[in-house]
Amino acid sequence: MNFQLIGVNHNSAPIEVRERLAIPESRLPDAMRRLAEHPGVDEGLILCTCNRVEVLAQTKNGAADLRRFLREYFQLDPAQYEPHLYEYRESEAVRHLFRVAASLDSMVVGEPQILGQVKEAYATARAVGAVHSQLDLLLTRAFAVAKRVRTETAVGSSAVSVASVAVELAKKIFGSLQERHVYLVGAGKMSELAARHLVAHGAASIFVANRTHERAAQLAGKFNGQVILFEQLYETCDRADIVITSTGAPHAIFRREHGELFLSRRKNRPMFFIDIAVPRDVAPEMNDLDGIFVYDIDDLQQAVSTHVADRRREAERAEAIVQSEVERFQARVQTLDVVPTIVSLHDHLETIRQAEIDRVRSRLGPLSPEQEMAVETLTRGIVNKIMHTPISTLKTAAREPEATTVIDVVRRLFNLEEKKAARSGADRDQS
Amino acid sequence: MPLLWLRVALGCYAIGLLYALLALTQRSYLLNRIALPAMSLGMVFQFVSLTESVLAGEPVTITLVHNSESLLALLVMAAFMIVFLVYRTTSPGIVVFPLVFLLSFVAATGQQPLLTSPGLRRGWLVAHIALIFTGYAALFLSFAASLLYLVQERSLKSKKASGTLLRLPALEVIDEIGYRSLLLGFPFMTLGLIAGSIVAQTTYGRVNLLDPKIFLSLLMWAVYMVMVFTRWNAGWRGRRAAYLAAGAVLAAVIAWSANYFSAIHRFVQS
Repeated sequence: MNFQLIGVNHNSAPIEVRERLAIPESRLPDAMRRLAEHPGVDEGLILCTCNRVEVLAQTKNGAADLRRFLREYFQLDPAQYEPHLYEYRESEAVRHLFRVAASLDSMVVGEPQILGQVKEAYATARAVGAVHSQLDLLLTRAFAVAKRVRTETAVGSSAVSVASVAVELAKKIFGSLQERHVYLVGAGKMSELAARHLVAHGAASIFVANRTHERAAQLAGKFNGQVILFEQLYETCDRADIVITSTGAPHAIFRREHGELFLSRRKNRPMFFIDIAVPRDVAPEMNDLDGIFVYDIDDLQQAVSTHVADRRREAERAEAIVQSEVERFQARVQTLDVVPTIVSLHDHLETIRQAEIDRVRSRLGPLSPEQEMAVETLTRGIVNKIMHTPISTLKTAAREPEATTVIDVVRRLFNLEEKKAARSGADRDQS
Repeated sequence: MPLLWLRVALGCYAIGLLYALLALTQRSYLLNRIALPAMSLGMVFQFVSLTESVLAGEPVTITLVHNSESLLALLVMAAFMIVFLVYRTTSPGIVVFPLVFLLSFVAATGQQPLLTSPGLRRGWLVAHIALIFTGYAALFLSFAASLLYLVQERSLKSKKASGTLLRLPALEVIDEIGYRSLLLGFPFMTLGLIAGSIVAQTTYGRVNLLDPKIFLSLLMWAVYMVMVFTRWNAGWRGRRAAYLAAGAVLAAVIAWSANYFSAIHRFVQS
């Protein structure tokens, strides 16, 4: 495993730096191709979003100079961006990539777009052949980790703005917002925003009642809604499932008796009052009625801050998942690392065994099938006994950090070096 | 053999029970994943158990009577599965799974002391049992839905966004589940009672309306009808609907237990 990652994100670098390093989508394939051809780089991938530019590489022996790649590619004064660069290697790089894909490194933690962006970068890199074996493994795992985080934690599931909380609550009450009617009482900016969110989530129609008629007409026009005279408010309000109030009235305009009236007209179908006005437009005791739900601006803001806290807590659980996945991935890659050594050790000893049998066969004269069998069994037995300890040591070491040292020792002891080079050369010719 | 399969089914249902108990306090990823498959598997074993009992040679009616709890559990699970297929929610399981477990547990451990009389009209009896039990299953599900409605309503009213623990469906969806199962259950219950009274009448002649079994069954039916009516006419839901549903379930349970002290439901010719 020789992963290296270098980059800038919204935390490490201001926008001026990020925009200089941004690579337009049309030029990304070419950039990745050049990365893969950079000295010491086996495979490469570049992730470029508005919040980050990251270069990830699988290097031949951990010796690729990615800073040089950036210098050569961008031809910028390094002093402009190098102080903002972060650099990760090996498991740290793996962890970083997992965190990015799982949206734990995002500006808004849990936002869902980033995973799609990583997937796009992966598709581009595959298309130009910059990603084929080890990085392929790493990225596929990163997608699985992101999915695990999404399904096992609630990070990213809760709304973090007043308007989106309002939508979330409306959905908790009504399920789908299709066929639901929204009534705007008063025509403030905030209520317009909330209405816009509701409509975006499928709300059917908008009614607007405002003391000044022009403003109502103007707002209704934006949503293709219907203007209702303020005097008819109480007669018409039961048509709406969701009522957003934001008038400047000094006293509550909806009181308990109105709630009871609406409910009996609506056959007890629930109603959701979103009261953004201060002082409040909806009397708090309305919330005591079965089927009427009243949220004032404080309630909504309260919900927002709990959600933010929820996200933070869930993010911690997500970090734990990432940590365990990094360890799993490391173990897996290291096992993969020892496999070629085991194979070449086996090949090496088998070649010796065959050569020795061939050498003595002429001296032994013709052998009966039984004798042939006995020789075969004897030599195989010896070879297996000899191989047993190195192989089990390799397998145990695969799970430890010192894997590479053990691999080196075994290779040197059995003189496997040149054979490995020849083998990997052959592999490359085939692919 | 049928008892063995029933016990295997009970084992599967135990996982559902665990899920239901833990769902209220913590989220378990593993349980979330395995609860539904386990319950489905339980249904299969229970079905096998019932089928084997039926094929064992005794007349169908007697088998059904002897395995009534098991049959009821299976029907309740079936109703739950229908809701799951339509609404993609397992939330009613929080109430339904323990009930199913309890019914299967009773079925697996104790045999009802029911005797049979040769003069019974078998076809009507089978119809009676099947219809009434389908009605019961729908009623239980409706009750489960009304409990969930209360939980969801309370969480919305309290304005505490504790939504991560228990992800219930939207209030209106829960309400729809409850109402629809109520509506669907009503004709079954009604027809079941009619079938039952036909059985009773042909077996015993004129039936005493004050016999506890008959009286309580009629009471239950009346509560059920009031529920359907208030829901349909006045849109009663939430607390009031839950009280009514609880009342109907209670009446159903009492009517059920009346088997043990009623003169006519023992299937004995006195």
